[in-house]
Amino acid sequence: MKVVSLQLVLAAAILAIVFSGVGRADGTGAPAFSKRMAAQEVSGDRAYRASRHPHRDEERRYREAPAGARTLQAKIQYCHDCHGPSGQGYRGFFPMPRLAGQTTEYLENQLRAFVEHRRETHIAIVMSKVHGLSPEMRMALATHFRDLNPKPFGGAPRELVDTGKKIYEEGDPDANVPACSACHGPEAKGSGAIPRLAGQLYPYTVKELANWSTERGQTPAAPDTSAVMQPIAHSLNKSQIDAVAAYVSHLE
Amino acid sequence: MKLIKSAIAILAIVSSSVSSFAGDVGIASYGERFADRNCSWCHGPSLQGFATAPRLAGQTRQYIENQLRNFRAHTRDNPLSKHYMWGAAANHLSPQTARDLAMYVSTLNAESANDGDKGLAARGQTIYREGIPASNIPSCIACHGPNAEGAGAEGAGEIPRLGGLSYHYLKRRLEQWGEGYHAAAAAPMPGIASQLSANEIEALASYLSFVK
Repeated sequence: MKVVSLQLVLAAAILAIVFSGVGRADGTGAPAFSKRMAAQEVSGDRAYRASRHPHRDEERRYREAPAGARTLQAKIQYCHDCHGPSGQGYRGFFPMPRLAGQTTEYLENQLRAFVEHRRETHIAIVMSKVHGLSPEMRMALATHFRDLNPKPFGGAPRELVDTGKKIYEEGDPDANVPACSACHGPEAKGSGAIPRLAGQLYPYTVKELANWSTERGQTPAAPDTSAVMQPIAHSLNKSQIDAVAAYVSHLE
Repeated sequence: MKLIKSAIAILAIVSSSVSSFAGDVGIASYGERFADRNCSWCHGPSLQGFATAPRLAGQTRQYIENQLRNFRAHTRDNPLSKHYMWGAAANHLSPQTARDLAMYVSTLNAESANDGDKGLAARGQTIYREGIPASNIPSCIACHGPNAEGAGAEGAGEIPRLGGLSYHYLKRRLEQWGEGYHAAAAAPMPGIASQLSANEIEALASYLSFVK
């Protein structure tokens, strides 16, 4: 009796272990529905694809719409795709700066500077390819963004803000750094060719100040207004850059 | 003697299996155990994906958490999500579990699907890097990174890693946005993907499926 039952237990144990392994070892636990879908995808059948997507062309075609409205609206949406739904900027893999509330003159200058290669980005996004904009289009885009007013994106280290405020309002006389407020305004709203800094993304401002000489004024034969910032950016040290960037990033 | 031999055999077999189970229970995180029991059926035993169930392994944490929330709230509404994920997310998934799952999958090693069309990959890479400026399609690098790795140190954490996802999955997602299915609120992808032609989608999906 004992021998018989032990042998049964042995067999049962082996069976239990074998069957518990099967589900884990087998990688194709997907339901039949998924497999059918996969087969249909792989077949690449043109008729099948056409029946599923009747309105999608093989090659490029614009959707029908009044040409003028479509073009400006399309360009505006193109900017928003990266710079955020209300132009507040976005921290993608790279920081895309806030455009909302920016002065029109500064925005237009930057659009031209990219196309003329006076300004580079060095982050594999080729802003110079944003070309083909007429002066009227640039003005319309700039006006659109100037009139937006979302809250700042946020995310800067709070502990740096007090130091940053001091630098913003007083500069650093020992380092020959003037007060930022002297040109950018007491509330960092900018004016004319001088950009608004209020609410600008923290990592973007840090990057600009740190990289000024490698990104701006890249055509020495044709210097532009960015030249005025070059000695200032150069004179700020890293902790000062971080502090002032944190300060302006939370201004509204 | 026979009795003792059988007993030893049973002990040996059972203890070897028990020790592996005990190891799992002792060391595996809650997220890992949850994923093994509930997700691996469709997403594969190491969550590398299967057919149109995407690879979860190595995906960005916040993106996974967001999608689980979007399934619960029904904001992500493409057909397979609706058919499978709405129920799955509603039945089992507290916000804490979603966080544990997201943490777990984000640490897993990801394998590339390599199932795209090799002949289209070069064109896909060009589109990925430069966008299509004349057609207002931005460079994918801005958000998804130079190697399709998703949100980096600068990122808001919610942008998915695309590198190595299945051609079939990427193609469907890009097509679906053009068909009117939704993404999260204010996400730019539906507008961008709607502008892509069929060939451009295939090129992008092919290129990305080979990215490590």
